[in-house]
Amino acid sequence: MLRMEKPQDVVAPPADAVPAATPVEAPRIAPDTVGDVTARDAVICVRGANVHYGDKHALINVSLDVARNEVIALIGPSGCGKSTFLRCLNRMNDTIESARVTGDFRLDGQDMYARDTDVVMLRARVGMVFQKPNPFPKSIYENVAYGARIHGLAANRAELDDIVYGSLERAGLIDEVKDRLDDPGTGLSGGQQQRLCIARTIAVNPEVILMDEPCSALDPIATARIEDLIDELSEKYAIAIVTHSMQQAARVSSRTAYFHLGRIIEVGPTDKIFTNPSHKLTEDYVTGRFG
Amino acid sequence: MRLPTLLLILAATVLAAYFLGRQRALSLARQTGGIRSLHSLPKYYGYYAALGALLPGIALLLMWAAFSESLITARVVASLPEVLRNQPEAQLGLTLNDIRNLAGGQMYDESRSAEFAVAADLYNSLRDASRKILAGLIIALSFSGFALAWFQLRPQFRARNRVEAAFRSVLVLASLLAIVTTIGILLSVSFEALRFFRQVPVSEFLFGLNWSPQTAIRADQVGSSGAFGAVPLFVGTLLISGIALLVSVPIGLMIAIYLSEYARPRLRRIVKPVLEVLAGIPTVVYGYFAALTVAPVIRLAGQQLGLEVASEAALGAGLVMGIMIIPFVSSLSDDAINAVPQAMRDGSFALGATRSETIKRVVLPAALPGIVGGVLLAASRAIGETMIVVMAAGLSARLSFNPLESVTTVTVQIVTLLVGDQEFDSPKTLAAFALGLMLFIVTLILNIIALHVVRRYREQYE
Repeated sequence: MLRMEKPQDVVAPPADAVPAATPVEAPRIAPDTVGDVTARDAVICVRGANVHYGDKHALINVSLDVARNEVIALIGPSGCGKSTFLRCLNRMNDTIESARVTGDFRLDGQDMYARDTDVVMLRARVGMVFQKPNPFPKSIYENVAYGARIHGLAANRAELDDIVYGSLERAGLIDEVKDRLDDPGTGLSGGQQQRLCIARTIAVNPEVILMDEPCSALDPIATARIEDLIDELSEKYAIAIVTHSMQQAARVSSRTAYFHLGRIIEVGPTDKIFTNPSHKLTEDYVTGRFG
Repeated sequence: MRLPTLLLILAATVLAAYFLGRQRALSLARQTGGIRSLHSLPKYYGYYAALGALLPGIALLLMWAAFSESLITARVVASLPEVLRNQPEAQLGLTLNDIRNLAGGQMYDESRSAEFAVAADLYNSLRDASRKILAGLIIALSFSGFALAWFQLRPQFRARNRVEAAFRSVLVLASLLAIVTTIGILLSVSFEALRFFRQVPVSEFLFGLNWSPQTAIRADQVGSSGAFGAVPLFVGTLLISGIALLVSVPIGLMIAIYLSEYARPRLRRIVKPVLEVLAGIPTVVYGYFAALTVAPVIRLAGQQLGLEVASEAALGAGLVMGIMIIPFVSSLSDDAINAVPQAMRDGSFALGATRSETIKRVVLPAALPGIVGGVLLAASRAIGETMIVVMAAGLSARLSFNPLESVTTVTVQIVTLLVGDQEFDSPKTLAAFALGLMLFIVTLILNIIALHVVRRYREQYE
């Protein structure tokens, strides 16, 4: 852990390994992509990522940075590879037998897919929230305490309580559940379950939170609450969110990447992508002519 | 008319009723403007007509099966001469048996008096008459039932609802059958057990520490006075089943975890059926294995450690039984573990949990009810198992918790009590039913406890 943190302590963000980004240079890094894939103060740098599921080439030569304290939205039609890309960032594709991932993935300059990388530590630093809320069939308290327990983050019950209450508070759930922490997490409403999953994720104090369509199973009010939460969380974490809702992407993100058939077609500031896209495919998608 | 012919006629009537009913519905539809004017699809009108033809006939057939024999017998008894009619009940039963045999042409006993021949003739003629009446009645009933249904058919007739109601009651009957059978088994065992408890006090049976069921057949026999304390048998059963579960639960669970969480799908597809073959091996074969292979090995090992090991030790039988029931545990646990949604595992992995942490903390708790179900099934197999124990653990009812001694189990004793020629009213024979009843109650209590445990500790997903 200590060894991993060293580079950023010493000089500058590890994104410096890649020369400071300028739009002119971008085509050299990502010839397929319009716009600048790099970011200042990047916490995650991906270069030339390819994913195969068996014979299917699901992600083709994708490069993208995720910066600290930014919310980046990944949009695109179904099956375009955005979720696949997201799952590469904490190596969740490892659990899929047929998946083969190549390319350069760096978290704080460290190679995520290096032989000596501990995937357990990686996932503790890059948390994930799923499409369908998936609280464990345990009490609300135990759901949040789970990560802290397996990583030994709390020395005693009082510290664990602090972590649990703090996480529930930051997830905006504490007022609704503080009187029934021993009730099963599965008894909450869909929106509450999803916030419970977010609380569970931030309880292990990650640097990056990946969200895979976190609101697609929720009603508009619950969705609004999650979006507010994403806004607050972006002060502390880098967030990459896959979404099918362009309004949602426009509301929560500062940068947007448009995926199409396994490639990133265009990356840019969210308002530019939605108001003045450079690529024809992006324009078709955001104006609703396609997808 | 013989019964098969009758059933064939009934089937033909039902089939014809279906087509006629359907046809009538179609023609009604044609008259009133298309198929949409019917309340139900035409086939339901067909079903309804068919049910009208079938149900009255079936009901009559069932009633005939239940009552005809006793009615005929009553008439035959009434016709018998006074001497025979006023015999004691048991004697009368024998006489009637003779008459039936004579009527069936199975007995050519010249010594029987003329009264028997007369009674047998009466019996035969009554039976013929009853068959004829039955055939006529059934055919008449099914035609009139069909006619009744046929005249009810109107475009607005709610045939689908009626047919579905009929089908639902068939389903209810089917489930009642299972319950009634269970109650029937329980009652039949209970009655014999009660007869046993009239001769041997319940307290002696439940708490007696001595089991030696040999009773004197003649008054002048020595020794065998009979002792019916069931405790040694239940302790033996508990010991052997306990050993079997100690073997099968950990191994079965580990197999299930490996197969569902670690093994590649291809390996799983091969290994799982192979494992299930274990459950298909006849228990007699396991018995050979236990008696001829495992028991000597245990004895040898025990001797080298300086332990006294009986040649028919409980340990051998328990170990082999444990291997036999591994598939129950592993297969059902594997199913339960596989039923845990992948989203649970993903959630755990995404928090940085290792595979083993995920299994211990998320997958197993969620799969607990299924796992307990598998263990329960395995336990009831172990408690009910007889052959392996007969062959490998012996018959001596010794009260011992030492797995190196020979013990016996409840089921083995039931078998030994009932084989061979037995007096049905001696406590020795009746003890088998008392043991059966006790076994039933014990397994029932085990089931209830396990259900309770599951409900208390399960973690329900979804």
